[in-house]
Parts: sequence; C-alpha cells; structure tokens
Amino acid sequence: MNQVLKEIGEHVASALPDDVVRVEQRLGELMVTVNAGSVVRVLSFLRDDSQCEFKVLVDVCGVDWPQRERRFDVVYNLLSVKLNQRIRVKLEADESTPVPTATGVFPSAGWYEREAWDLYGIMFSDHPDLRRLLTDYGFEGHPLRKDFPLTGHVEVRYDDELKRVVYEPVKLTQDFRRFDFLSPWEGMNRLLPGDEKAAPPPAAAPRS
Amino acid sequence: MTAEVALKNLTMNFGPQHPAAHGVLRLVLEMDGEVVERADPHIGLLHRGTEKLIEYKTYTQALPYFDRLDYVSPMNQEHAFALAVEKLLGIAPPPRAQAIRVLYAEIGRILNHILNITTFALDVGAMTPLLWGFEEREKLMEFYERACGARLHANYFRPGGVASDLPPKLVDDIRAWTGRFPKIIDDIESLLTDNRIFKQRTVDIGRATAEEALAWGFSGPMLRGSGLPWDLRKAQPYDGYESYDFDVPVGRNGDCYDRYLCRMEEMRQSLRIMVQALDVVARTPGPVKTDDKKITPPSRGEMKRSMEALIHHFKLYTEGYHVPAGETYTAVEAPKGEFGVYLVSDGTNKPYRCKIRAPGFAFLQAMEFLGKGHMLADVVAIIGSMDIVFGEIDR
Repeated sequence: MNQVLKEIGEHVASALPDDVVRVEQRLGELMVTVNAGSVVRVLSFLRDDSQCEFKVLVDVCGVDWPQRERRFDVVYNLLSVKLNQRIRVKLEADESTPVPTATGVFPSAGWYEREAWDLYGIMFSDHPDLRRLLTDYGFEGHPLRKDFPLTGHVEVRYDDELKRVVYEPVKLTQDFRRFDFLSPWEGMNRLLPGDEKAAPPPAAAPRS
Repeated sequence: MTAEVALKNLTMNFGPQHPAAHGVLRLVLEMDGEVVERADPHIGLLHRGTEKLIEYKTYTQALPYFDRLDYVSPMNQEHAFALAVEKLLGIAPPPRAQAIRVLYAEIGRILNHILNITTFALDVGAMTPLLWGFEEREKLMEFYERACGARLHANYFRPGGVASDLPPKLVDDIRAWTGRFPKIIDDIESLLTDNRIFKQRTVDIGRATAEEALAWGFSGPMLRGSGLPWDLRKAQPYDGYESYDFDVPVGRNGDCYDRYLCRMEEMRQSLRIMVQALDVVARTPGPVKTDDKKITPPSRGEMKRSMEALIHHFKLYTEGYHVPAGETYTAVEAPKGEFGVYLVSDGTNKPYRCKIRAPGFAFLQAMEFLGKGHMLADVVAIIGSMDIVFGEIDR
C-alpha cells in the first residue's frame, strides 16, 4: 500500500463525497470509481487541486463487459508531473446514456473520446466533434465491442469492371479457428495435485 | 468603383500519399492564402485492429503485435507490454535480462531518433543526413538481427525476461560501434544544427509552452522540448534505469528546433546508457528468463531430455500461461514519448482488454493547435518534428 497514493485517494474521497463511489489501490495503482454524471467535476478537481495536480490526461479508453447492465467502463488515466503519481478514474456507462465530455477540462480528451465512440459506441455529450476516428469512412458498428466479430462484417476489394473499391459481406474460405485451451482443471494451478498433502493439515479432517 | 470579392478559404488535402506525411496521414487543411486556418487530420488508414486481435490471442501471441505498432523502434513497445504482464503476474526478470533490455531499448531509441531527425531534415530540404544516418540504422538493425533473428519484428522482450541470450562477440561489436557512433552524430549535427536553412525552417515553428504541452498530453521530446525535464526513465524507473547515469536534455522554446536538439542530445545520452549496460551485461552472467517454468518456455535441449520440460513447452505454446485477474496501466519512455499499455486481465490465458496508449496519437491531435497561423510549408516541419509513425497512431 503506497502511502502517498492512499493520502491522495482519501483526499479525493473526502473532498467529493457525492461523486466518488469507491477508492481502491491495486498493484500499487490508485483507482477512483466515480458517478458518470460527475466526471467533469472530478477531473477538474484532480487537475486543479493543489494536492493532486493531475495535469496530464494520458489516456481515455473503454472496456466492454457485455454481461453487465451498464456494459461499458470508461477509464481515464491521469498523470501528475509534479507529484510523480498516476491515478485512474473509472465510471460505468451504457449504450444510450451519454457521458459528459472531458474536452473542457483537458483538450487532449477530444480524440480519445472520439476513439471510444468509434470503437465502443460510448456517447459523450457536448463533445465538439464526435466523429468516427479510426475506422473507415461510412463504417457501421463498433468494432471493439465483445459482440462484434473479429472478422468484421464487410470486406473490400477493387472491382476492375466498376473501376472502384466495392464492399462485400465477409466470406471466409476457412472457418475462423478459435481453440478453447481453458482446461477444466485450471491449467496453471500452482498447487500441483498431491502437493497440498505436504503441508501440515490445518485441523483433523473428518474421514469418510 | 469597387467590386466586392468574396474570398473563400481553400480546403486542400495533404496526403494520404505524401512523402512528408510520414505514412498514411490525410490532413484536411483549410487555407487562407498560404496560411493554415484549420487542420483536420484524418487517421485510421493504417488501422489494423491490433487491440481487437490481442483480445483473441494468448499473452505470448500478443507480444509480436507490439513490434508492428511503432515499427521504427519495435523493442520499446514490447517493453511496455512485457512490463505490464510482469506486473500482473508479480514476477521480475533476472538482472542480466534487465540489462539486455535496457541495452536494446536504447538501441531502439537511437534507431528511432536517427530516422526521425534525418527524415525531418529531408522534409525541410537536407538530404545528406538521411544517407549518413541510415547506414548506422542498418548496423543497429544488424544488432537486432543477431540478438533475435529479425531486423524489425523482434519478438525479443518477453514477460519474464528476453527470448534468448546474446550470442558471444555481440557485446564486443556493440561496444565497438558505440565508439564510432559519436563521430556520426557530430557529422550530422555539423550539417544541421547551425545550418541557416534548417534553422529558418524550424526555429519558432510549432511552439508549445510547458502548460500547453501538458494539457495536450505531450510526452517525450515533445514535452522536454518545451522545457519540462520529464522522463519516465528518471521519474518512474523500470528495469534498473535508476542505476544508470544519464542526463535528460530539455529545450527552452518548445519549437521544432528545440525538439530536434533534444533528440540529438538524447542519442548521446543513449550511448552513455548503452556503454553502461554493456558493462552490466558483461559482468552479470546468469539466466535471461525468470526460472518460473510455468511462464517461460524451456530450452530446446532441455525439452529433448526432460518429460517435464516437454509438457511445459506444449502447454505454454498451446494454452499459454494464465494471468491473474487485475488491471494495470504500465508505461515506458519510448523514444517518441510515453508509451503505455492499459491491460485488463480476467484470469484467463488471453488479455480481456489491451489499450495501447501511443505517444504520437496525442501529438497528432494537437496538429491544429500547433499549426494554426503557420504557412503550409511549416506544417511539414511540424509533422516532421512530432515524430509520428502511423503504426502506433492507427494501431
């Protein structure tokens, strides 16, 4: 447990009690979960507060958890050059409710949010220019969602007769092979079967 | 008599097939005469869905994708992924592997800076540096080849160490090269640093103050050129960078020329690190992979003799290793800036999410901010000084 990060986390949680849902530290990294509506307030606080000074928005990205009701995580990674610390701000979003944009706080959020919109379909309200960024012009769908197939839906080729590039549904000559290597025995269990007997028994186990 | 003439701004396409666009950048420029009013970069023409593909691959199979991001300095990208996986696994590479990684990360930095400086010079009209610099790049890529068998797509830094030990004599050859290279830097510098044309094209072009650079998410030489001594190798050291002695050059004006100067000096500092790393490699014998057999594959010889090793080999190359559930953002100081990997693991043998944070993405986003009010020719200089490579921006 890093003491400096712990203090920052406590400071943020006490200053914004209504916005912060959870503060946790894992693997030496500080993570703050916030309500989706208050992300601008939290980010502004983190940027401007004298004990935080997270002036750099390093990255914004989405994570898709389709089994959840609010399926997306939006993750903001921030860096404080002054404190030499990082913090991760996280919120949950769904397909229909827009997340307030962070472009007013950090100009660098512009493209990161465009990317999240493009690849996941996470909407950002009041974004000045929420166009697609990485995918093709006229692309349909959000490719990094877990329910989007790896091969995509269309493929392109140059048609010599039409003298232009044409889009066609993907035809695979061979099925995409996806092997399930996850063994029912938890393949990488460090405790080899039989090794547990080497340790002294915790209590007299009832024998049957 | 006066005729009212409505002057319309000219919208023009720069790229995507333009040598000064450094790849497939389509830049839609709105020009008022020769002055840039608006710059709208269209990226994604090299989008290959790396992040999606990684979600379908085991951790071992995911690593080579990182070579293909910034193909100018492949191993630095691998470094970030290897460190992220190591963090989730809770392992550390042995000291010899760390020194080899530092050595090759710095070779990657020099590879990158040679390419950037010389093509930048080519963009603003100087051709000779390119010819001189690429000869050295070729030698460096030979060092890559001798270590891992490939000039570009190395697949060398693995979670838990490096793929294989350096062959004998390679250390001596790299050391001999480090003795010769300063002369080349001096030669290139004598062509550019005081060159009037070069300075006219770069000084005071594309300026960013330290605050602006931070707000736009700059890192690496783009941030240091603006006067902020921020280097992850110093600030958040990894793989033993804290034990190496080197300086972090900073610029003063945050313009294209200062960024060039920073990169020039960084090459000299990288040489210093390389010499120290060579010493460490020479005096630290030992393994180059962690001895956890569940993560690193056995040697071929061992595989022929030991049933256990054969099983490990089979399992590692089919199922791969499982990484405990968790998430981490791990970043390295890649030659271009902060290259980070946000890795989410769900406890299986494949990454659940692997977001790649490329430094060039943030730089290119600031194109309009840096280029507004400049001439069209300056846009070329700014793109050159940003050091963008589309492999990492489009992913």
